[in-house]
Amino acid sequence: MLSSVEVNNARENRIDKKFNELKKKGRKALIAFITAGDPDIDITINLVYKMVEGGADIIEIGIPYSDPLADGPIIQASSTRALKKGVKIDDIMNAVKMIRQNTDVPLVYLVYYNSIYKYGMEKFLKSAKDSGVDGLIIPDLPLEERKDMKELSEKHDIYLIPLVAPTSNDRIKKICENGKGFVYCVSTKGVTGVRNSIETDIEKYMDLVSKYTDLPKAIGFGISGPEMAKKFAPYCDGIIIGSAIVKMINDSRNNDEIFDNVANFISSVKEVI
Amino acid sequence: MVGRFGKFGGQYVPETIMNALIELEDEFYKAINDKDFIDEYKYYLREYSGRPTPLYFARNLTERLGGAKIYLKREDLNHTGAHKINNVLGQILLAKRMGKRKVIAETGAGQHGVATATGAAMFDMECEIFMGEEDIKRQSLNVFRMKLLGAKVTPVKTGTGTLKDAVNEAIRHWVTNIDDTFYVMGSVVGPHPYPIMVRDFQRVIGDETREQILSKEKRLPDYIVACVGGGSNSMGIFYPFINDSSVKLIGVEAAGLGIDTDKHAATMAKGSIGVLHGMMTYLLQDDEGQIMPVYSISAGLDYPGVGPEHAYLRDTGRAQYVYATDEEALSAFMDLSQIEGIIPALESAHAVAYAMKLAPSLRKDDVIVVNLSGRGDKDVNTVANVLEVEL
Ligand SMILES: Cc1ncc(COP(=O)(O)O)c(C=O)c1O
Repeated sequence: MLSSVEVNNARENRIDKKFNELKKKGRKALIAFITAGDPDIDITINLVYKMVEGGADIIEIGIPYSDPLADGPIIQASSTRALKKGVKIDDIMNAVKMIRQNTDVPLVYLVYYNSIYKYGMEKFLKSAKDSGVDGLIIPDLPLEERKDMKELSEKHDIYLIPLVAPTSNDRIKKICENGKGFVYCVSTKGVTGVRNSIETDIEKYMDLVSKYTDLPKAIGFGISGPEMAKKFAPYCDGIIIGSAIVKMINDSRNNDEIFDNVANFISSVKEVI
Repeated sequence: MVGRFGKFGGQYVPETIMNALIELEDEFYKAINDKDFIDEYKYYLREYSGRPTPLYFARNLTERLGGAKIYLKREDLNHTGAHKINNVLGQILLAKRMGKRKVIAETGAGQHGVATATGAAMFDMECEIFMGEEDIKRQSLNVFRMKLLGAKVTPVKTGTGTLKDAVNEAIRHWVTNIDDTFYVMGSVVGPHPYPIMVRDFQRVIGDETREQILSKEKRLPDYIVACVGGGSNSMGIFYPFINDSSVKLIGVEAAGLGIDTDKHAATMAKGSIGVLHGMMTYLLQDDEGQIMPVYSISAGLDYPGVGPEHAYLRDTGRAQYVYATDEEALSAFMDLSQIEGIIPALESAHAVAYAMKLAPSLRKDDVIVVNLSGRGDKDVNTVANVLEVEL
């Protein structure tokens, strides 16, 4: 038998490596989301670098979709803007390839299932792998529907990130079985957005998730900034922020302002988690 | 696999609503196997909606066309003016049984919204209807009816501001209010168990038709023709005939300005397989899976997808899917009004249009049943606009 250390070192997924490093330092991962192509694909590429400089640990790149069911108004509008610009999946793959040449930051796609299905599942995974993508989050592919995708992503060595919700209860066990990377813990009943507060009893919810899995847990949906991130950090291994960043990008008046605002925001969150 | 019709159907939804769908499926099957529930459902269909609806022999139209006998299944005579109430009564009773006090629904033409608002009023439930901004403009009469019935109508501005976007918004609202809210889906679409549930609450159309045609003609019809938006009135009338291979089942989609323009809603003619609103089915989408804007003069057919069971019936060849343009539907709308004294919904006029094309090519002893899914009162503004008449 091969020593497992050797195997792991040979091809340790960047996501695992990141969580291991952070754990040693006693820090939490900041997972930052932006929509590819909003306001344009060059800015997307540069934003990734800025976010990494600012302290983002994992970058989630949203592939814009016409009917994003799990998203609130901010990310919906962002998808619409990106699609109006004409951004295509291959443009995004190319952008990621370029990013990958310059940074080792873990990259995951947030992608709706139809985008993958229509592009071709095998082709999508191959292209994502070649570009340097480490994981996929598919918000509309629950346990019941994920079998093929799970097998194919394993074949192509890309992590299919499991999602759980406050309504999942005893489904959590099955959802996390053979899970890879981290568990995306949806903070609340609802869609993505910027919320003032979150009703869920996060402590209890995270306890339940921990009961069923040893994977790192990241909390996302509705997290508005440092204050909320700080509050949730003790209960998880990572904080996911999307809408707040996307909104900031759209509210900025020019490109320099986009980069400055986002980088400052990212460091302000990273500091406290 | 559960909730599948061949490869079609499924539950492609956010995890947050999965347990709710599982509970809904469970409660639905308990309910339809409970005699008290079925009795109550039948009671309201009969006493409240006025069922059974007649199967009317359209003598004038038949004679005018000089071919097959045309029968009209008069779903337009239901309370609230369309077949939508059949399904709503079933789902509202299920909501009541599950102890839900709030219902939501999407609507396109407004008929499903009106039916849901009606059911909610009768059972004293809070009701919110999601409706695309464009549809609000063209179905203003139904918007006002919903408000009169005490419902809140929430305009949906995203996307194309039509039925597809109303479904998205209703699902998003449901995800957010999953604990106390029942989503009354208006057609045989969405994640499992909706396509099966809505079909089972609409099959009363076909069950009655079967009995009525056997009594009038002493045999089954040769053709059943129905319009297809999401596909509920068509599935309702098709389903009880699925095993009768002599009965040809024909679904009529909206071809808008023509299926070779970019202004139509002919999903079966022009679509490809994909995933939308929680189901795998045929969709009008581009190469990247972005859902394309669709168009029809009738708001109720203006939908880029189709129920998964229809996708299956198409692929197995059991049903055939054709289309009628705006122009053909309008012309059938006028004809049926003037020849039979029945003003059909623009949706239903698509089915009438195809039947009028089909009938002359058939023998005089052939029998066509057309599902007249709704009445045209809601459409008089639209038609007046086209005719450039000021009301
Ligand atoms: C009268 C009428 N017919 C047909 C439809 C289309 O829906 P479905 O295909 O589900 O029957 C509608 C939808 O609004 C309608 O109002």
